[in-house]
Amino acid sequence: MHAAMLIDTTRCVGCNACSEACKEANGLPGEIESDLTARTWTRVRDVDGTYVRQMCMHCEHPSCASVCPVGALYKSEAGPVAYDEKKCIGCRYCMVACPFGIPKYEWDRALPRVQKCIGCVGRVEKGQMTACAEICPAEATTFGDRDTLLAEAHRRIRENPGTYVEQVYGENEVGGTSVFFLANQPFEALGFPANLPGSSLPDYTWQALSKIPNVVAIGGTALLGISWIVHRRMRLERLAVAEAAGDPAQPRLQEGGAR
Amino acid sequence: MRPRITFWRTVFVAIVAAGLWATWVRFSRGLGASTNLSDQFPWGLWIGFDVLCGVGLAAGGFAITATVVIFKLERFRPILRPTVLTAFLGYLLVIVALLFDLGRPYRVWHPLVMWNPHSVMFEVGWCVMLYTTVLSLEFSPVVFERLRLPRAQRILHSISVPLVILGVLLSTLHQSSLGSLWLILPGKVHPLWYTPLLPVFFFLSALAVGLSMVILESHLSGKAFGKRLEMDLLTDLARVFVVVQAVYLVWRFQDLAGRGALGLAVSGSFPANLFLLEVGLGSLLPMVMFAIPKIRHNQTGLFWGAALAVTGFVLNRLNVSITGLEAGTGVRYFPSWMEIAVTMSIVAVGFGLFGLAVRHLPIFEQHEAAPRRLRRMWVVRGANAA
Repeated sequence: MHAAMLIDTTRCVGCNACSEACKEANGLPGEIESDLTARTWTRVRDVDGTYVRQMCMHCEHPSCASVCPVGALYKSEAGPVAYDEKKCIGCRYCMVACPFGIPKYEWDRALPRVQKCIGCVGRVEKGQMTACAEICPAEATTFGDRDTLLAEAHRRIRENPGTYVEQVYGENEVGGTSVFFLANQPFEALGFPANLPGSSLPDYTWQALSKIPNVVAIGGTALLGISWIVHRRMRLERLAVAEAAGDPAQPRLQEGGAR
Repeated sequence: MRPRITFWRTVFVAIVAAGLWATWVRFSRGLGASTNLSDQFPWGLWIGFDVLCGVGLAAGGFAITATVVIFKLERFRPILRPTVLTAFLGYLLVIVALLFDLGRPYRVWHPLVMWNPHSVMFEVGWCVMLYTTVLSLEFSPVVFERLRLPRAQRILHSISVPLVILGVLLSTLHQSSLGSLWLILPGKVHPLWYTPLLPVFFFLSALAVGLSMVILESHLSGKAFGKRLEMDLLTDLARVFVVVQAVYLVWRFQDLAGRGALGLAVSGSFPANLFLLEVGLGSLLPMVMFAIPKIRHNQTGLFWGAALAVTGFVLNRLNVSITGLEAGTGVRYFPSWMEIAVTMSIVAVGFGLFGLAVRHLPIFEQHEAAPRRLRRMWVVRGANAA
């Protein structure tokens, strides 16, 4: 099974039980804050009466994991994008790179960590649900296999004409995510990034990065070749000068240079 | 002997004192207490200026070593040592700045054993580390000469060609890859700067600014150490600058036009105006100036042209890393006084170390004797082998 979540904003009642359960399951201190922070990994936004959960999308091709120089962030076998804090050097490239602005930093600590929803990876690997999906009283957040949930999302759109816009947010965005959203109005109006490409973002980097071996091989060969030609020409020049001067100290120069 | 109190020494002490205080706050209380960085704007002055500009401004190192050692344009040898020194100090200070910026600086070695070849940062980290090693080897003959270790000097001389080639390759890779850092943000970076050609543009602009820095550094050295300027060499560098900069600008405008982003430049918005400032004042103007022989052959003209080129380069890097992201994400960022103090201290320490090196090492002296003896030895050995 490839774990995923389906969030139906038309069902959400905004009770914030998911945020509370998240805090408890992950041992996050403090109140639920008015924006995602290192201590609030999910929250419910009220967009003119529509309740929209905010959390990590658990991309299929996560930018954060792709840019991490040490692989502290990684796409787990089970599906969630998880974090190994023992590897993290704190470069914060993940925060710059995330198209959804999800990873947050412990700015107030001398030895900070990057923090974000880790999809309850420990629970999921044990075959349990994520804490937020388990607690949701309105079944607005459901947990399951990615393909199954995607089919379920499309079934809801098909069988309830007029209820939803015809888009499962997360099906194609940045090459697909493991968190899907359904809504009754355009996602851009609900604050979702709308200008995202339909292909994997790490590919943009890889197009440049994959050329490196060629640059090294071709560039190195060319430079060695140039250096060889230039050095040989310089040496011949010096020899010619020495010969013209009839330098008696270097009698066998011509043979040496002719090779 | 008591050191004289001069204006610049006072400025130096003031800057470093502020920097030390900021350093204390940074490492005892964290990045939140010392910087204006936030969850919305995680990279600021230290990455945008200290790292991006620091690496770029040190690009003269690979350009001049290649000129002298690979292309054998021996007449550039007098500026080889100061340029390598500038580059070496530049990279050391970039690493220092990085240690300020990393949340867990004591783990800076992690990329050595924890690999992610898909990460541009991983590649840049390796290249910077390897190239700093190369630079230390390229600089070491100066130290060996001072310590009178001719054997060590000879060994270094015998590997100079492969060493310089390695340096050029590593520089090409990470100068361009610093631009690749932003490739993964197609929707976030302003279209005036986001392009798949970012790595190419970063490389070309670094090459051009590297040459300008050599000119600038020669002038400052001339002022500070009463050194005669190698005007003919600097004029030649200015000429090469014109060519590199012209290729860069034509390519840049062709790319902007091709992506339909050229119109944005005259939209009057804040990013657009910064773009005009960067390209007009910092890229076009120095190129035009250096294309005029009268300016190119004039000390003051050379100085101001190079100063403008460096300003334009710094603006470009800050535009990509800060302005371009501000526009795309709608978040404002301006560095805290502590960020500025650390940056200024790092620059001041760079100047100080350069001065110390010049005073105690044979940087500017004519060191004809050793190479000539070596050259003769090689020729004779070649002859004997035949």
